[in-house]
Amino acid sequence: MTAGMVAMLIICAIVGVGSLAGFYAGSRRTMDLEQWAVAGRGFGVVFVWLLMAGEIYTTFTFLGASGWAYSRGGPALYLIAYMPLAYAISFFILPPIWEIGRKYHLQTQPDFFQLRYGDKRLSALVALIGVIFIIPYLQLQLVGLGIIVEIASFDKIHRAPAMVGASILVAGFVLLSGVRGVAWVSVIKDFLLLFAALFIAFAIPHIYFGGFGPMFAQLAHAKPSHLVMPGATTNLGHSWYASSVLLSALGFFMWPQSFGASFTARNSDILRRNAIVLPIYNITLPLMFIVGYAALLVVPGLRDGDLSLLTVVRKTFPPWFLGIIGGAGALTAMVPASIQILTAAPCWLRI
Amino acid sequence: MALLFAAVPFVAMCFTVPLWDRIYPMVLGLPFNLFWLMLWTLLTPVCLWMAYRVEVSRNAKQSNSESGDEPQ
Repeated sequence: MTAGMVAMLIICAIVGVGSLAGFYAGSRRTMDLEQWAVAGRGFGVVFVWLLMAGEIYTTFTFLGASGWAYSRGGPALYLIAYMPLAYAISFFILPPIWEIGRKYHLQTQPDFFQLRYGDKRLSALVALIGVIFIIPYLQLQLVGLGIIVEIASFDKIHRAPAMVGASILVAGFVLLSGVRGVAWVSVIKDFLLLFAALFIAFAIPHIYFGGFGPMFAQLAHAKPSHLVMPGATTNLGHSWYASSVLLSALGFFMWPQSFGASFTARNSDILRRNAIVLPIYNITLPLMFIVGYAALLVVPGLRDGDLSLLTVVRKTFPPWFLGIIGGAGALTAMVPASIQILTAAPCWLRI
Repeated sequence: MALLFAAVPFVAMCFTVPLWDRIYPMVLGLPFNLFWLMLWTLLTPVCLWMAYRVEVSRNAKQSNSESGDEPQ
């Protein structure tokens, strides 16, 4: 068996187990739209946390954050900063939104705008904007999956067929299991991603440099400007940083899928407590940065920074381990993709 | 008051960027800017927890006065 086959088998096994868990969770309940879209408004703090961490930390966290650290350097730090600040905003805005949602049985963001402003055209516009902006985000997930399959198969399988296969799997999964199924797959995905991030962020610097300290000392010596803003870019300096962080934090919960996920909570207090604990998961992001920085020294000169994490993992570890990391990455693409489809579908009906 | 606690991470992670966007001093082997953001990622829950305490005690007062200050 070739190395690519070993890695691909393990990825398929992880995706298979994840999908089965989702189907199982979905099949245990009789499904109506209320169950499918907002899980009957029954989630406690743990499930809301898992679901939100599941849909917020996407393949962009996995391949994109390390890719930004690799190709752009310092400016990538904005990714770490805006997430906790967005959660601080959610602490204040989600509980009142939830109260209105429960009172009037709202399931989507356009429903909320229709009720609040009483204008069908406005809610149609909100729905349209939501769907338009989910499409590229969904595409990003599928491209991420394509990259994972391409690298894990040692370039034997191309992106396009992998993306087609994944789209079919995700669509079937969403149709049958709804948001409850996605939340269960999030359990597997969240833990696998956290484990993967912790392990490779500590192991790779240790293997090549003997720890963080020597690695960053070497990087600070070789490319000091890469570690601070504007890094490898010309225009992403401090004013760019502050304005991007502020804008991203303020606007974050306008994403229809994050807005909608708040309706799954059992009560509004759960959303406040969720805002307190969500930043903890954000620690995966700096770990991905460390891998991206390590890749800059270990595998320099890659054409596409998004390939850096998987390339350095492939170079460092045996194929079965590449399979585990790839499987974690695949679920990290599939869970958000599922939620994005699950959100876009009812929005589409309201246009 | 709760808003004030929530504003602390905004000051620390967003508006003060020229003060901490530097490599040295390295802490735990990490460049200072990366360390600073990791630290505040973990301190944000502390700030929000303080905000939560404020909100909870305010809500408790409100519901008490609405129900005519009856003892629990």
